Amino acid sequence: MSATLEEILAQALQELAAVKDLIELDKVRVNYLGKKGLFTLQMKELGNLDPEQRRAVGQVINQAKDQFQQQLEAAKDKLEADALSARLASESIDVTLPGRGQSTGRLHPVTTTLRRISKIFATVGFTVVEGPEIEDDYHNFEALNIPAHHPARAMHDTFYFDAHTVLRTHTSPVQIRTMESEKPPLKVIAPGRVYRCDSDITHTPMFHQVEGFLVDTDVSFADLKGVVYEFLRAFFEKDIQVRFRPSYFPFTEPSAEVDIECVMCGGHGCRVCSHTGWLEVMGCGMIHPEVFKAVNIDSEQYSGFAFGMGVERLAMLRYGINDLRLFFENDLKFLEQFN
Amino acid sequence: MQISEAWLRTYVNPDINTDTLVEQLTMAGLEVDSVEPAAAEFSGVVVGQVVAMEQHPDADRLRVCQVNVGEAEPLQIVCGASNVRVGLKIPAALCGAVLPGDFKIKKSKLRGQESFGMLCSEKELGLVAEAHGLMELSDDAPVGVDIRDYLSLNDSIIEVDLTPNRADCLSVEGLAREVALLNKLDWSTTAVETVAVTHTETLSVKVTAPEACPRYLGRIIKAVNPQAPTPLWMQERLRRSGIRSLGPLVDVTNYVLLELGQPLHVFDASKLSGGITVRYANADESLKLLNNEEIKLDAQALIIADDKQALALAGVMGGSDSAVSDTTQTVFLECAFFTPLAIAGKARNFGLHTDSSHRFERGVDAQLQNRAIERATQLIVEIAGGEVGDITEVTSNEHLPARNAVILRRSKIAQSLAIELQDAQVIDILQRLGMQVADHAEGWQVSPPSFRFDISIEADLIEEIARVFGYNNLPSSSLFMRSELSQVTEGLLEIDRVKDLFVDRGYQEAVTYSFVDEEIQNIVAPGVEAIRLKNPISSELAVMRTTLWCGLLKAALYNTNRQQSRVRLFETGLRFTKVDGETQQQKMLAGLVLGDVYSDQWAEKARKVDFYDAKADLQAIFELSGCDASFTKGELSTLHPGQTAKIVSADGKEIGWLGMLHPQLEKQLGFDSQVFLFELDQDSFLNKKVPVFTALSKYPSVTRDLALIVNESVSAGDIITCIKSSAEKALQDVIIFDVYRGKGIEEGSKSIALSLVLQDDTQTLTETEIETIVGRLLNLLATEINAKLRD
Ligand SMILES: [Zn+2]
Repeated sequence: MSATLEEILAQALQELAAVKDLIELDKVRVNYLGKKGLFTLQMKELGNLDPEQRRAVGQVINQAKDQFQQQLEAAKDKLEADALSARLASESIDVTLPGRGQSTGRLHPVTTTLRRISKIFATVGFTVVEGPEIEDDYHNFEALNIPAHHPARAMHDTFYFDAHTVLRTHTSPVQIRTMESEKPPLKVIAPGRVYRCDSDITHTPMFHQVEGFLVDTDVSFADLKGVVYEFLRAFFEKDIQVRFRPSYFPFTEPSAEVDIECVMCGGHGCRVCSHTGWLEVMGCGMIHPEVFKAVNIDSEQYSGFAFGMGVERLAMLRYGINDLRLFFENDLKFLEQFN
Repeated sequence: MQISEAWLRTYVNPDINTDTLVEQLTMAGLEVDSVEPAAAEFSGVVVGQVVAMEQHPDADRLRVCQVNVGEAEPLQIVCGASNVRVGLKIPAALCGAVLPGDFKIKKSKLRGQESFGMLCSEKELGLVAEAHGLMELSDDAPVGVDIRDYLSLNDSIIEVDLTPNRADCLSVEGLAREVALLNKLDWSTTAVETVAVTHTETLSVKVTAPEACPRYLGRIIKAVNPQAPTPLWMQERLRRSGIRSLGPLVDVTNYVLLELGQPLHVFDASKLSGGITVRYANADESLKLLNNEEIKLDAQALIIADDKQALALAGVMGGSDSAVSDTTQTVFLECAFFTPLAIAGKARNFGLHTDSSHRFERGVDAQLQNRAIERATQLIVEIAGGEVGDITEVTSNEHLPARNAVILRRSKIAQSLAIELQDAQVIDILQRLGMQVADHAEGWQVSPPSFRFDISIEADLIEEIARVFGYNNLPSSSLFMRSELSQVTEGLLEIDRVKDLFVDRGYQEAVTYSFVDEEIQNIVAPGVEAIRLKNPISSELAVMRTTLWCGLLKAALYNTNRQQSRVRLFETGLRFTKVDGETQQQKMLAGLVLGDVYSDQWAEKARKVDFYDAKADLQAIFELSGCDASFTKGELSTLHPGQTAKIVSADGKEIGWLGMLHPQLEKQLGFDSQVFLFELDQDSFLNKKVPVFTALSKYPSVTRDLALIVNESVSAGDIITCIKSSAEKALQDVIIFDVYRGKGIEEGSKSIALSLVLQDDTQTLTETEIETIVGRLLNLLATEINAKLRD
């Protein structure tokens, strides 16, 4: 009897040792511990023994069974561990290979620049307003105090459709349109395409401007200076030098051109700033009484300022772009650079 | 305007260097564009005089000259210039001299004759681009003196870019006035000597357009020598202002123009018939100008005429018939004041822009004419001799520009500039500007001088005060404004969000010109009336775009021609059309894709982009905005007839197009792969739906898959529309997951497999209920679109 049990145990352990995977392992388990398993049958046969013997023999069987079971657990643990390491090994990949799927595009640098400008002004409550690009002579010139034959018209190189219809030469007509339809106080940013009949290395017949203006009671030249200073420092993220030069625009008075310290050379003089150390970046001024008159705003009660800047110019300075024409060629190698 | 610094400094000479002077002008609003040396670098050239001259024994064209250069012995210099002669004073470059271009002068032998230097032309000194013969110096030139000193060549040419309001600075006197003002220095204008009248001949002057010509002065000067040499100092000042010397008579008028800012004109009196009339031209008149161009005049053109014909375009340019020449003996000297409005635009109408028209249209000092004509007379007589006649003057005082006093309020200065200025400071600035200042209850009554056309309202005076005080000395304040909470409209999808969506889906944003090539547009958008520019920059940019596709196709070609095989572009902007004669400017979003759907990658099999890839990008917009839009089969000649979708809004309006570029156009335009295009009206998606919550069902949803056999002509959209029209309240969604043609399916039919998602808000659907719903749907599909269940 015991010999048989020993034989069974020896065979069981032998089979266990030969097991290669969890399925085989389970077969072995069923073979010895299942309902009809060899150890189970041994236990069933105990019933034929007298009680005294039954206990002693039972103990022996249980010992053998326990021993088998321990080995079984150990074998199972090992197999599971092997399987896991095999999976880990088989599932290892080269994490340096690129990811899959659609690439990401880019916004045009003009858009990126416009967004930055709008965002800076939005923080103090300026709202964005747009206007038509095919504009009438009245809004583009007359209402801005540029009557027919004014010498300032010669500076505009206007595209005409007929005697009264033009492609807007600046975003300033949006100023007129807004003041015609809304009452002060006004804080407006007007970005958009503008057109001049001019094309060479430093001019494209289309470019972008941002016009900004503010109308309220008691707005002074000092407020204009403050806004321009703060904007330019925010835009270039640098405490740059700014200077105001008297200039002339028919729709503002006093008028000023704004220069910043050259961002390419830090004001020491270089090719970009024509060795002056300064770069002209915008025009501005206090809204002219004639302009207020054209839109029926009382210039004794209200005052305001306006400013305008070239978006491509700012983008060129910000990103170091050296050729204006690149903006409209849409070369992917250009566009892809502006993330 | 460009002017010699040395000339300017003869009026007012502040103790500052050129850089500071230039900076001062720029910061006063007279922007200096450039500062150039008056002459190129050179050295070792002195005033010489030819004292003896012999023919070169071995060269016909050379002379052997003895030249006095101020040393004990004359130098022997060989010279080939045709105008060399004994007694002539010329610039002589000595041995060791370095001429412009680093040209070193050494002792040399010319055909056997020793030469100890070189006699120079203006070109060799770098003063002009072209010269004929030696530079002839005047007889009183001091021999031996360095030519740079003699000609004051150590000078700078300052170019000032004046804004249109500052016509008063279009002269050396005008600039001197500003420099004196900025440096608080005194200065005085050129002293003018009145030349005694020695004959009584005059021409009658009639002005029939006094509103255009309020003042006209003229006088006859007889017995002038038109070939007298213009003195070097005058030639040099003219040269430094970019004006060529054209003989003493014209030189004097140009010189006075630069000196005082008054344009003048000289006529050859012998070529005039009868008196002078200032009038508007008749429609049938024409005039041959000094530049030999013949112009057709019209009733808007103000002219100077004699009894026979038009002589000059007033204030713009003289005519060639009455021009002075080498044989002129008697001149009629004209000095007038034309009002800016009479001249403005006139020159440009004839494609002309002259120093004279530039000044008149910006405003010439109306009080200057007497002084200017006397100054010109004085200079003509000094240089070319002559007998001077009386001045004929016709002035219409009522038409001279009114110089009204302007009230300047103390309070307005403080309010506009945010600064409290002392009264004395204000008065000082105004007076230094040449204004008459009188007291007024609220401030001052200010009368601007006649040369300041730009001062007529209070704001003009405040600007002047700010300018002279210095913009950078004025205060700057931190922005303080009334603040309101800003409005955030949720029902508006921002275009920036849509741009970001396209960027995230792998598109590059393009910006293309709003005007396009008409030929290409006719191909891309035939039959659409485009708005045409009157003065396009080129034929390639001649009409406004009626679709953004023109620019995108051009941009795509630009890239495919540069070895880019995958292009994904989008653009936003206006398109311009005429609808019933009205200009429409419509905000659009357009895109173009070609090449592989993904950029080269190791993990996926390469696949070309197709219609459905592009459609997914558009559907993503509608998902963002929550707007319903449907894609229906459409027809557009630009697109492939089998791959064209018209995009229609929920209310049935056409809002855009999507499709494959027609293969014919693909070839014609030069693409070598399929191109997909879309364009959408921005208004169709920017009005966003504000979401409304629907309660979540607590009951499980079930899915039933169906395979339907339908005729080829039935589209997926038809099936979905049909199912959705059933109004089954448990129906949550319909998803098409397969389209099959071929074995087992009759020719001309196709099998469409779809999932119905069913869910009830109030109960768990029983098997029987589900069967009933599906049964009802199948009946509907059978009747509406003849769909059968596939076995
Ligand atoms: Zn620089």
